[in-house]
Amino acid sequence: MISAQPTERGRSLTIRVLRYNPQEPGSVPRLQDYAVEEAEGMTLYLALSEIRERQDPSLMFDFVCRAGICGSCGMLINGRPGLACRTLTRDLAPEITLAPLPGFELVADLSVNTGKWMRALSERLETWLHGVEDRLDLGAIERPMAPDLAERIYELDRCIDCGCCVAACASAQMRPDFVGAVGLAKIARFRLDPRDTRSDADHFELVGGDDGVFGCMALLGCHDVCPKGLPLQTQIAYLRRRMARVGLAG
Amino acid sequence: MRILYTDVLVIGAGLTGLRIAIAARARGLDPIVLSVVPAKRSHSAAAQGGMQASLANVVKGIGDNEDVHFADTVRGSDWGADQQVVRMFVATAPKAARELAAWGVPWTRVRAGEHEVVINGERVRLTERAQAHGLIAQRNFGGTEKWRTCYVADGTGHAMLSTMGDRTVALGIPVHERREALALLHDAGRCYGAVARDLVTGEILAYVARATAIATGGAGRLYRVSTNAVICQGTGHALVLETGCAALGNMEAVQFHPTGIFPAGILVTEGCRGDGGVLRDADGHRFMPSYEPERRELASRDVVARRMEEHIHRGKGVETRFGRHLWLDITLLGRAHIERNLREVKEICEHFLGIDPAERWIPVRPAQHYTMGGVRTDHTGESPWLKGLFAAGEAACWDLHGFNRLGGNSIAETVVAGMIVGEFIGDFCARAESQVDIPVGLVREAVEGEQAKIDRLLEGRGTESAEALRAAMQNVMTDRVGIFRTGADLEAAVDELQRLLVRSRDIGVRYRARGANLELVVAYRTQKMLRVALAIAYGALMRTESRGAHFREDYPRRNDRDWLRRTLAFWRGEGDTLPTLEYEDLEVARMELPPGWRGYGARDYIEHPDTVPRAAEVARIRGEAGSVDRLALQRSLMPYDHLLPEGLRGANRRIGEGLA
Repeated sequence: MISAQPTERGRSLTIRVLRYNPQEPGSVPRLQDYAVEEAEGMTLYLALSEIRERQDPSLMFDFVCRAGICGSCGMLINGRPGLACRTLTRDLAPEITLAPLPGFELVADLSVNTGKWMRALSERLETWLHGVEDRLDLGAIERPMAPDLAERIYELDRCIDCGCCVAACASAQMRPDFVGAVGLAKIARFRLDPRDTRSDADHFELVGGDDGVFGCMALLGCHDVCPKGLPLQTQIAYLRRRMARVGLAG
Repeated sequence: MRILYTDVLVIGAGLTGLRIAIAARARGLDPIVLSVVPAKRSHSAAAQGGMQASLANVVKGIGDNEDVHFADTVRGSDWGADQQVVRMFVATAPKAARELAAWGVPWTRVRAGEHEVVINGERVRLTERAQAHGLIAQRNFGGTEKWRTCYVADGTGHAMLSTMGDRTVALGIPVHERREALALLHDAGRCYGAVARDLVTGEILAYVARATAIATGGAGRLYRVSTNAVICQGTGHALVLETGCAALGNMEAVQFHPTGIFPAGILVTEGCRGDGGVLRDADGHRFMPSYEPERRELASRDVVARRMEEHIHRGKGVETRFGRHLWLDITLLGRAHIERNLREVKEICEHFLGIDPAERWIPVRPAQHYTMGGVRTDHTGESPWLKGLFAAGEAACWDLHGFNRLGGNSIAETVVAGMIVGEFIGDFCARAESQVDIPVGLVREAVEGEQAKIDRLLEGRGTESAEALRAAMQNVMTDRVGIFRTGADLEAAVDELQRLLVRSRDIGVRYRARGANLELVVAYRTQKMLRVALAIAYGALMRTESRGAHFREDYPRRNDRDWLRRTLAFWRGEGDTLPTLEYEDLEVARMELPPGWRGYGARDYIEHPDTVPRAAEVARIRGEAGSVDRLALQRSLMPYDHLLPEGLRGANRRIGEGLA
């Protein structure tokens, strides 16, 4: 379904896609051009859907919410990681180059397995609230939490696991075990949460090495590309100071 | 042929599916969750405004409790809901919100002291109580007597799913991502799991399970303009229809959300209006108060959506090249409020419209939003026709929402139904009848059958384009099975959909790869979607009354006498082009709240013969109760506690309520 309409201007776009399907025998990485007539309000989601429906049924990509909230459609847009669904073509020059996010297992073309990566990260960093009681009294009034603190936790909880920060990270590209800004932000989120029973020493075990907060080269590409505008720079800097303190004390 | 064995197969990894899996694990069972996308990408994440739970922490929520939530929900449903299920739901919703608080959801919290809010276009000062400071806050939503909607800014579903997903990982529950159920395994009235396709490798494999749970969400993508994610295609509904023996309920009950951004249909939350935003027309006039003086912008969604379309029809819409729309004005809430509590809305406006909603009005028009109908189940979530088949959440019709769902009740239902149905699945698996005794031969047959269907699409000589058929279906549904319906339109829709269904048997695909292949996916899903679309359109054609979101211009009155009934749609024969409809009566004589006026919308309805005697009986019981507490009174009107799983019974405590 294409809901965008042809514009009066009707720019002719060239959408250049890095194509490769590792499952298909004989497939080699290559750039393929598609000509698309721009429509008013056209997003990359609409443009790619139109290409797949009308020109090339073999094109592979991932879209789910198409509203910038689910994190499925991270890709390199003219070399920069971003969410394709909410990128308007009118904000780009008529030649648009798209490539899959680096650092993740390639499914095909623009589709990468960020879900698998994020699940592994979650298992490794144990990104869940620790200390949850087995038998909760669900009839009891909930424990209070300072309103400002709840907002600060939500600020970090807004992460959508899109993988843009990992794709924009030099450390992550050099060492595959680097947890990325997403991993550090999740640790920062649970560190902030008084409901979590872990201490800084526990966090140090998880991110106190070169695959964690000390692997960050502070280039902060992550901060620049995060589609949700998470305060990654501040969080990483803070976490690094805390972890350094634990490391020195230990 | 690979067969994976598990205790509980959960199809769908949104809030409901994950909560069911967590419940199963807590009962010592091994669940597997199947999902077409990574769990945290599920459509639950899109719920913005909040979840209804009668915690009564904020000052505008004082006096709220299960009884008030119950009455709001039943009125909202236009008396289509199963009132015992509503009772089970409202009793569990506070427990669900509190459980999520303990698991990590960063609910927005109450701040003690004075603060300013916008109510009915006016700035009002409220003072929150000191003893409520730091407890879960509630905001206002449509169709509710009290402020009851618990929220996390306007990213409530995202925050809930994030926490639920974390719990799932913590418990080591496997989620088989990028795998899609193609058919249910069933034999002689018993469901044994599903045949699935790996969306990356194309492998067809079988999951054999003691219990199978459908938690696949809604079917919004049957329509051209929908707020739903692109994966909400009703394929879970189709799985059940295609068994030939289990039914869908009330599929004609489809909700249109008043504020989809125009023209893309992306949702902006009801929280915008709950927090004080207003609707305006082409002249900038706030039009809702003259249509609905009682509740204005905050009447239930079916009513507001109809009034908006009516107003556009009167020539008051804003003309654009894409059609007509109205305005949602939240500028009066102020930038600080928008940037704190409506930040997703702000992001959406910036990215998709290029506007700042703190300064400019948002173009909106109603868009398909929610599927009230679904897999018909009893109060335990089990299909009456297929033992071991459960369904919950938006995919199900158990039936909480009747013909109109209240805002904030869906995300609440996802978790509540997951808790309740999860327990009943645990009970089922503890019984001997849950033993799996399906012969491997039958499993092989089912797998080969699905493989053959895929082969036919890939290798056959079909000439029809799935894309074209799907687009035609979406147009028919939006143009003829929308907010205002007529017999003539619906007949035309049913005819056209039948033709499309016949043509869909001749779909061919151009790209013939067996692995990752979006065209192939569109092809087989379109065949399934058309059946679900027919269940909606045919159900709507046959229902000659107006109730909730189902509005017939040729039958504008609610008709309790003839239509206080739930539609059941079966797909009896593989070659059929229409579902077989049956009906089940709702029992007025057992209702706690007998049918009446909703408090907004039309006052005009045809009464059921049992309504007057039941209303008199209810009045008598209430009168005799005297000083009995409200829980005891409720028990004498319509007992439901015995229907709940034991662990979920018991009172919900609130500040200042002497129920401890």
